[in-house]
Amino acid sequence: CHCFFLIQQIKVSSLLMSMSMSVFRRSLLACGFTGGFSSSCTNSSRFMSLLVVADASSLQASCRAINAATLAFGASSGTKDPSLSVLVCGSPDDSKALDDAAALFSKVRGVSEVLMAKSDALKHNLPAPMAALVTHVIKTKNFENAAAPNGTFARDFMPRAAALLDSPLIADVVDTVDAKTFTRPSYAGNAMETVERTGDGPTIVTFRPTAFDAAETNDTNAAPVVQVSDDALAAAAGSASLGEFVSAENKDTGERADLSTARVVISGGRGVGDNFDKLYSLADAFGPDAAVGASRAAVDAGMCANDMQVGQTGKVVAPEVYIALGISGAIQHVAGMKDSKVIVAVNKDEDCPLFSIADVGYTGDLFEAVDRIKEEVQKKKA
Amino acid sequence: MRILCAVKRVVDYAAKIRVNAAQTNVDTSSVKMSMNPFCEIALEEALRLKEAGIATEVVAVTVGPDAAKDTLRTAMAMGADHAVHVVHESAGAGAGALPPLAVARVLSAVVDHAGPFGMVLAGKQAIDGDNNQTGQMLAALRGWPQATFASSVSVTDGGTHAVVTREVDAGLETVKVPLPAVVTTDLRLNEPRYAKLPMILKARKREIETLSAETLNVKDHVDRDQGKLHVRKVSEPPARAGGVKTKDMDEFINMLREKGVL
Repeated sequence: CHCFFLIQQIKVSSLLMSMSMSVFRRSLLACGFTGGFSSSCTNSSRFMSLLVVADASSLQASCRAINAATLAFGASSGTKDPSLSVLVCGSPDDSKALDDAAALFSKVRGVSEVLMAKSDALKHNLPAPMAALVTHVIKTKNFENAAAPNGTFARDFMPRAAALLDSPLIADVVDTVDAKTFTRPSYAGNAMETVERTGDGPTIVTFRPTAFDAAETNDTNAAPVVQVSDDALAAAAGSASLGEFVSAENKDTGERADLSTARVVISGGRGVGDNFDKLYSLADAFGPDAAVGASRAAVDAGMCANDMQVGQTGKVVAPEVYIALGISGAIQHVAGMKDSKVIVAVNKDEDCPLFSIADVGYTGDLFEAVDRIKEEVQKKKA
Repeated sequence: MRILCAVKRVVDYAAKIRVNAAQTNVDTSSVKMSMNPFCEIALEEALRLKEAGIATEVVAVTVGPDAAKDTLRTAMAMGADHAVHVVHESAGAGAGALPPLAVARVLSAVVDHAGPFGMVLAGKQAIDGDNNQTGQMLAALRGWPQATFASSVSVTDGGTHAVVTREVDAGLETVKVPLPAVVTTDLRLNEPRYAKLPMILKARKREIETLSAETLNVKDHVDRDQGKLHVRKVSEPPARAGGVKTKDMDEFINMLREKGVL
């Protein structure tokens, strides 16, 4: 009994200790100590410098990445960190969109400066000029950390920039431990790796936007928008011969929400057949913050476009409500949606694997379920 | 034009994986291993370019432990002309695994050793590490152009350029890159062929060129790259409760109400 008591006491005291450590850390952060609990501890008055490369075509994802980065690198002290910069880049042809994006990011909490890079070489965000620009900015402005939202935008040029900087890249981060340590999924989300950046050099990460909330904006203080140096633009132009844009075929999203950031996602599998319009109609009933996704089977069968695919090889979503219709729940699909808040599965096969992770499941005809859910949503709205 | 195709031996895409007791990696001792699906697609594309008379030779390369030779045999059974194995005990994902930068470093050394190549084809990501970096990093190390997430590849202008359609978040994008270039493949580029039995038997006897980071003179670099990342822990993802299902529509609707869906 005595022994038991001792063990308990140790447990309690170690718990208290870990609690007070986290309180200690938090209060340090609140005082603006962002020098880190890592190698840069030597100079506690120094702020950690951080560059976020924004995706001007996906403002939501960028705001989430800025938030993730401020959380990760300890700059979320509630005051403006003088060293958090956001880089916005693109072609002078898109000047207005870039300026609008810069104006938004300049009001995001924690942002001290927006760097603007407009150059013909940056049109269409081709990877070689983008990587050259980002590398140049990181080197010349001595950024210790760089981050970007993990979409096809950043996945193209960030690894290239990392290699040019002789640095590794920690990709698709979903949680942060400290300024050098991050958690990311591997094996299609079936394992979580805690990875630490060790040794010298910049820490470069991409954040999975859906794992973080968007950063808050304020209307009172806008950070200055500063043009990047001519040297930085020249660096981008120097790599312009490594590829040219030919054409783009953008999907028509109409009024509907973007799949990656929608509140409600309605996804169909092969069983939907030629009836994806019924899914769109259900999405319309939910409202403009609902989107339609698909399984790989549905995409491969040509029932809908590639960019609607949810999964390890498609998009990763984490909406409040995910309604899976006629989707069995293969590992690769689950990897793309298992972090949704509420998962609803409808399948005629009682043994379909998705039922084991769904919060609510219905065994039966998916079209009957679609009709009934739609009816209930409309009833509630009326 | 000769094509280098990078292939990786990974846990089979259909295998159910478990984290090991030491929480350093997933337990791969008793699971089926196979060629990474995106690498199969890359190899298929290389073979099609050869069959179309555009490529003259397809060289398959892998970096990994002794067992990775199986993946090269599969590559040769599918039709690769030559196979290069850079032996390195640490591959895959988890603690001690070679990070993408180190693999890119090794592949770049293989390009120097076995080149010249007009194109390096690789998968867009390996399904174990899910990193999606190696191709881009290789392109950076060589100063070559890159075209990632390819869903269509054609070689044009008398073999000097490649026109690649890419699957991007917004839809599709087509770019044209001068060769040599690194191209990484997305799912819908092609349907990989199956190796035929006579080819499998033949591939068993074929020679595999064996190299190492030492013989390629990149060991110091690779060690340094490896020292820049440390996988502290591998854990199971938080489990979802779930599992409430019904055959009754009204009950289903009530459950949706309870969960706040309706």
